[in-house]
Amino acid sequence: MSTAVLTDSTTMLRRTLLHIKRYPSLTLILVGMPLIFLLLFVYVFGETLGTGLPGGGGRAAYLDFVVPGILVMAVASVATGTAVSVALDQQEGIVDRFRTMPVARSALLTGHVLGAVVQTAAVVTVVLGVSLALGFRTTTGPWDLLGAAGILLAITVAATWICVGLGLVSDSVETASNAPMPLVLLPFLGSGFVPTESMPTALRWFADYQPFTPTMDAVRGLMLGGVRTEDVLLSLAWSVALTIVAAAWSVRAYSRPRG
Amino acid sequence: MTIASTTTHAVRVRDLRKSFGDHHVLRGVDLDIAPGSVFALLGPNGAGKTTIVRILSTLSAPDSGTVEVAGLDLARDARTVRRTISTTGQFSAVDGLLTGRENLDLVGRLHHLSTPERSARTDELLETFDLVGAADRRTSTYSGGMRRRLDLAMSLVARPSVLFLDEPTTGLDPTSRHALWDVVRGLADDGTTVVLTTQYLDEADRLADHIAVLHDGRIVAEGTSRELTSQVGDGHAELQLPDAAALARAATALPGSEPDATANRLRVPHVDDVASLRSLLARLEELDVEVDDLRLQRPDLDDVFRLLTQTKESA
Repeated sequence: MSTAVLTDSTTMLRRTLLHIKRYPSLTLILVGMPLIFLLLFVYVFGETLGTGLPGGGGRAAYLDFVVPGILVMAVASVATGTAVSVALDQQEGIVDRFRTMPVARSALLTGHVLGAVVQTAAVVTVVLGVSLALGFRTTTGPWDLLGAAGILLAITVAATWICVGLGLVSDSVETASNAPMPLVLLPFLGSGFVPTESMPTALRWFADYQPFTPTMDAVRGLMLGGVRTEDVLLSLAWSVALTIVAAAWSVRAYSRPRG
Repeated sequence: MTIASTTTHAVRVRDLRKSFGDHHVLRGVDLDIAPGSVFALLGPNGAGKTTIVRILSTLSAPDSGTVEVAGLDLARDARTVRRTISTTGQFSAVDGLLTGRENLDLVGRLHHLSTPERSARTDELLETFDLVGAADRRTSTYSGGMRRRLDLAMSLVARPSVLFLDEPTTGLDPTSRHALWDVVRGLADDGTTVVLTTQYLDEADRLADHIAVLHDGRIVAEGTSRELTSQVGDGHAELQLPDAAALARAATALPGSEPDATANRLRVPHVDDVASLRSLLARLEELDVEVDDLRLQRPDLDDVFRLLTQTKESA
């Protein structure tokens, strides 16, 4: 039974990876967005924003500050691509074929999520590579960096399941590509681009309590030092909780007979 | 499968009902489909054909009624039913980003076939459906007919015992259509139960052992093509006679015939096989009546269809 689920999920993962390979322009768009924001914020706003950081430091300091935010944005960006792929799948008759076959119901969705994880890893690597080329340097040891990767992986799974659900309930591909937009903007309304202390009270309250803030703080701490355990735990708790809720919602939306 | 051989019906449907809001698509449908037969569900657009196929293939749940496929209750054993059935819908269910071969391989993997089984079956189906040359092209570059063939091939990877085909030839050119008919006949000869929906009367006539006419969410007639056409009345002969005198002579001698004096034409009822035709010709010989032209008219499914749907509307 569970081996069947595993086999079917692997089959669906193969399919998702083939799709990613056959449709490279989508991945280019997904990697393009965080890169544009990285360059924009470092080279256009970076000098001024860096001066405003606690301790100052100009453009170089801002690059270090913003990279974790950009990485989380890259995660969210790839997740939106998954919403589009899932919605496209729903439009093609192939999903109806899967439904009439003795295939584990969760396999198609698991395949999408695992494929998105692979895609995210690739995109995050590219973004990190560009950041390093621009002068970003980590100051922590390999275990901390591995921890940062773990935090990003957990939030990737959560964000991807949310987008799978959004893709499933969208009635068109256009809706599916717009629905996850807030996810991409969420790093702005958190500690991604400026410290939340600099925000007005109401916004700061939201920024401090949204899931991406502890995630970006934890990643920042694990890459640059000074990580706080509470951020790590809070981020992981958010990721696990969001994954459970979004996965349950998605599987339900997928299993519900349509019409 | 032993299950199929111990039950009398491949598909058994009782009082199937389904509504979408106020729109009652199915108003109590009963079906008995014999194993190994080709069963056609004939009806115009909007009659509820696709809804029936979606329910039978576990895609959609009925509001009420029971469905048994291969002796299994669909409501309880949907998972097991999915092992014995396959569906080719009205819109092709192929993956456009994958090649034809990859599509077949994907379905084989999902049926948990071993690698050698999978590649053998894939090659075999590519051959059968004349897709060898296009096997390694993405299916988004396929023509409509090719996609439909691949779609059907994908439905056959696991050798289903019951195959549902929803309007399999809609939108196909005549050549592809005939090729598909041959495939369907071949499947039935191999013992597969084929349930197809169609709006084409000739398709039902050519393929099906048994036809059910669906109109407005109900089965309004059922039987073999011959049984259905005999409901409209049997065949008749149209005689073209040289002059009014011959017409008068023939009309008096042949009981029940209807003369058309303006065209010197005579309609003789109950002429629908060799024996009745032979006796008609003998009678004309006796009467010494010359006949310029003789035409046999057998009612076709078109007439049945018109009759059935008209009665329904006037009722």
